[in-house]
Amino acid sequence: MSTMPPGPAPAPNQPAISLRELKRYFQHRGGIATRALDGVSLDIAAGEIFGIVGRSGAGKSTLIRCVNLLERPQSGEVRVLGEDLLALSDGALRERRRSIGMVFQHFNLLSSRTVAGNVAFPLEIAGVPKAERASRVTEALSLVGLTEKADAYPAQLSGGQKQRVGIARALAPRPRILLCDEATSALDPETTHDILRLIRRLRDKLDLTVLLITHEMAVVKEICDRVAVMEAGRVLEEGPVFDVFTRPHHPTTRSFIAGTIGHSVPPGTVARLPAARPGEERQLLQVLFAGPNSTRAVISEASRRFGIDLDIISGRIDEIAGEPFGLMALAAYGPPDKLQEAVLWFQELGLTVTPLAEAI
Amino acid sequence: MIPWLTPSLQDLFIEAAWETLTMVGGAALIAVVIGLPLALLLHATAQGGLAQNGLVNRPLGLLVNAVRSTPFIILMVAIVPFTRLVAGTSIGTTAAIVPLALAATAFITRLFDSAFSEVDRGVVEAARAMGATRQQILWKVLVPEAMPGLIAAVTVTLVSLVGFSAMAGAVGGGGLGDLGIRFGYQRFMPEVMASVVIVLILFVQGLQSLGDWLVRRVRRR
Repeated sequence: MSTMPPGPAPAPNQPAISLRELKRYFQHRGGIATRALDGVSLDIAAGEIFGIVGRSGAGKSTLIRCVNLLERPQSGEVRVLGEDLLALSDGALRERRRSIGMVFQHFNLLSSRTVAGNVAFPLEIAGVPKAERASRVTEALSLVGLTEKADAYPAQLSGGQKQRVGIARALAPRPRILLCDEATSALDPETTHDILRLIRRLRDKLDLTVLLITHEMAVVKEICDRVAVMEAGRVLEEGPVFDVFTRPHHPTTRSFIAGTIGHSVPPGTVARLPAARPGEERQLLQVLFAGPNSTRAVISEASRRFGIDLDIISGRIDEIAGEPFGLMALAAYGPPDKLQEAVLWFQELGLTVTPLAEAI
Repeated sequence: MIPWLTPSLQDLFIEAAWETLTMVGGAALIAVVIGLPLALLLHATAQGGLAQNGLVNRPLGLLVNAVRSTPFIILMVAIVPFTRLVAGTSIGTTAAIVPLALAATAFITRLFDSAFSEVDRGVVEAARAMGATRQQILWKVLVPEAMPGLIAAVTVTLVSLVGFSAMAGAVGGGGLGDLGIRFGYQRFMPEVMASVVIVLILFVQGLQSLGDWLVRRVRRR
């Protein structure tokens, strides 16, 4: 049992959100159970933007709802700012939820209230006096740049504006934590970019901890510090975004990344590549350069060393979380054993070599 | 001048119109006051609701359906002892309000319930995430968000009540419907019958227009 006073300050180095062995099953008619969460443990550090990525049905939506207990896990532990939420009474839990803001995919604004009325709503719920409410609403609306829309109704706003209202509403009670449930999935790419930048700016300014779930790796790439990849109720891998992107371990992670930063070569281009000579083989590879060896002339060196031909199909430089990396698509020609040696040599140098996904 | 509209018949007309208004207005008022909390209770205790409770939901739903499926004319005579208990008499306009209110309450409870079901579940979830209590969700989220649907439900109920009130003559409730039956039908005065029908059409039309206008005013979508 937690006996902490309301609104405990987290101890230094203590995770803002700590999830331990969360399990959540959904029982369907006929006795078949879905494992939405099958033993998930995660620590989210104070002040970071942590992304959970996965396809629909991976359990990420259930997971984020377990953080404020909109969904109760059947077993496990949920600690937010050091406090065991599952041990709280209903009243105390409602109190704590006010320090955890949440933003939704479909905004979930009250259509019967104006923008200002929506932002005031959580303050009304919390019993903030009317005079203070007004100033907090103004403050929250200026944070998201929507002061002039205070008297508009949600129906009169664009998707991006609605999400800004959603963010202002989440921040009005001055939470420590912001949960984003597919917050940009209903928005166009440009608006997505704006909203993500806004979230990062607000994190910096208000010292928030942000947990977001998404099915888009591009979102993770753009704002997250760390990421966890989920599938079938489990975390496949987690780590700093740069590491996960440049050295993915799991095939699911690779396929997620492929669409975001990976190369794919149109089938027509592949067809036009020369075939392998007799006794030799052709391999299509993607090489990712990051770290100290990224400036070495590895291509020509490999060519000399192993007596193989390396044809560069395409190459580019990208950046994740401010760190640059190079990506190259290669067609490698040579005896199979030599090609394998070359791949091993690349890997020894710390480069990531993956088979190049054809087409798409 | 309308030749058949003698001063005494004119008085009867005004009296009957007043009786209809009293019955419809009184029954609707009671139906809204009782039906709104009942509908909230029905909605909240339903499967996946805010306070899911089959032991409350099923009997309540059954009761509402039982009242709704009983033909009004039968309901009216069946509950005479109850009417006598509540109104002190089982005859007259005031007494007729009792069965009318009962039928209208069951009717409007269902309509209110479905208006609440139309409210986006995501909005309710957002309110829960903000730490709202159940009462706050009911009165600050569900009722205001369902308002256009609630007003439409009141309109439909009022219109149905006008129809039901015509049967109130059976228990001496009076009203325009009763006037039409007694004078227009039983005394062979088709012009009275026609007048009653026209007045009722205008009345219903007016109610519907008023309701639609209000719905448009509160709908912010």
